[in-house]
Amino acid sequence: MIDLSLLTDGGVGWLDASGPSSHLVLSTRIRLARNLAGRVFQGRNSETEREDILETVERAARDTVLLRRAIKFRLDGLERTDRQLLHERHLVSKELAGLDADGRVRSGASLLVQDRLGVMLNEEDHLRLQGLHSGFALDAAYAEVDRLDAELGQRLAFAFHSEFGYLTSCPTNVGTGLRASVLIHLPGLVLTKEISKVLQGLAQVGLTFRGLYGEGSEVVGNFFQLSNQTTLGSSEYELLDHLGKMVRQVMDYEEQARQVLLRDAPAIIEDKVWRAYGLLRYARALSFEEAMNLLSGVRLGVGVNLIPDVGMYTMNKLLVYTQPAHLAVAEGVAPNDPDLPLRRAQFVRKVLESEVGRRG
Amino acid sequence: MSCEQCHEREAVIHLTQIVNEQVTTLHLCERCAADKGVESPGSVPKTPLGTFLAAMGQEIATESPAPRSGENCPRCGGTLQDFRESGRLGCPDCYRSFEAPLRDLLRRLHGSTHHVGERYSEKQISLPAALNRPQAADLREQLRLAVETENFELAAELRDRLRVLE
Repeated sequence: MIDLSLLTDGGVGWLDASGPSSHLVLSTRIRLARNLAGRVFQGRNSETEREDILETVERAARDTVLLRRAIKFRLDGLERTDRQLLHERHLVSKELAGLDADGRVRSGASLLVQDRLGVMLNEEDHLRLQGLHSGFALDAAYAEVDRLDAELGQRLAFAFHSEFGYLTSCPTNVGTGLRASVLIHLPGLVLTKEISKVLQGLAQVGLTFRGLYGEGSEVVGNFFQLSNQTTLGSSEYELLDHLGKMVRQVMDYEEQARQVLLRDAPAIIEDKVWRAYGLLRYARALSFEEAMNLLSGVRLGVGVNLIPDVGMYTMNKLLVYTQPAHLAVAEGVAPNDPDLPLRRAQFVRKVLESEVGRRG
Repeated sequence: MSCEQCHEREAVIHLTQIVNEQVTTLHLCERCAADKGVESPGSVPKTPLGTFLAAMGQEIATESPAPRSGENCPRCGGTLQDFRESGRLGCPDCYRSFEAPLRDLLRRLHGSTHHVGERYSEKQISLPAALNRPQAADLREQLRLAVETENFELAAELRDRLRVLE
């Protein structure tokens, strides 16, 4: 089993709810897709070439300031639970973790991670640079990843085309190779049924949304990842600025929706959030989906000051540690253990009880 | 109209072929068409780009009947057909090998074909030897970054290494 304590912040610094607008935004993520020049893309790489890419990039990374002390995880050498754990921490994609339907890990699939920065290797592109920040922090997150890009770019030859920009294996990422995503909680818009209008509006301005775990994942617990759709034709700053403006607007809509709910249906909302709290506090079995939906209700209650006892950090912690692999590792059982819902309920009860004690 | 192959299901695909300089039109149901290797508009490819690429493939076929999608990228051997199926290109050179159809695709995906963001210049790269034996300039740059990022422990170490070098 992997030792995540090796990571300075346990790889979950992004959930400490210390960042801007943490009551709505869990995290901000930036990723840059890069490929090494003169080599075929990942889809055509042999096992030997993938090893060589890993070695070349790691050597360059060890020479940088930002990844000099990086921890390396070879996904192809990890058990499924460990790979799932890294995925649940948003450190690796589902594809890299080999959690797709075919369940196979590509040889050479690896992650280098130091503090808030990381590089996925032998993913869809040779390198996927990424940075994960707490709260709504597009500029800060980009500045860090950009610096890493510069450091690696001084040591590695990247595939670049004078007209098309950074070349990627899939043309949807070409140009800047930049995907910025903001993980945001929108229960107010879901309850007022405004959400589909908002999401349609985002699509019209070139943005897209995904579920909690990014590409191909479903929306659970009213968490949405909003990100830029296009990567070519606008500069990095324009892309970030546009996404930032739209996210701020969505945040305003969410706040308005919450005010409407509190004004027009205070009793219903109060009942809803306390009911969710009650279930979390006393239930004896919780599935992951149920836990997520109840946490969403409580989070809303915390956000609008109806539930005073619980902090956002506790909410985020529960969100991460009730996920199947996290819970399984903490409890020393398999993620498909039939008793997991019982253990999840027990874990949630314990955390909420201690929180009340601490504050009360 | 019923399918000319199985005579059971409704013909939904009308395939016009030129065989021995004779124009023939086959009327097929979806299943028989699939058996013949003809994709119907209903059979959506698996990749997210699939629908789009399928449309692109058809357009290329109508615009230029020459065996364009069979052409290989000289670097990796990939074809447009491969790209259509997987949604992934084989290598950076594919962007040159299939420049015209890709330019069209990029315009439709991104609304532009011109990168206006940060530029990568090969001048940025220090020689591979520098990777193994970091030179003073390289160390000084690292030191500057270390100070900038307030990584004082590393900065101290780099300063020591610089002293040895100089």
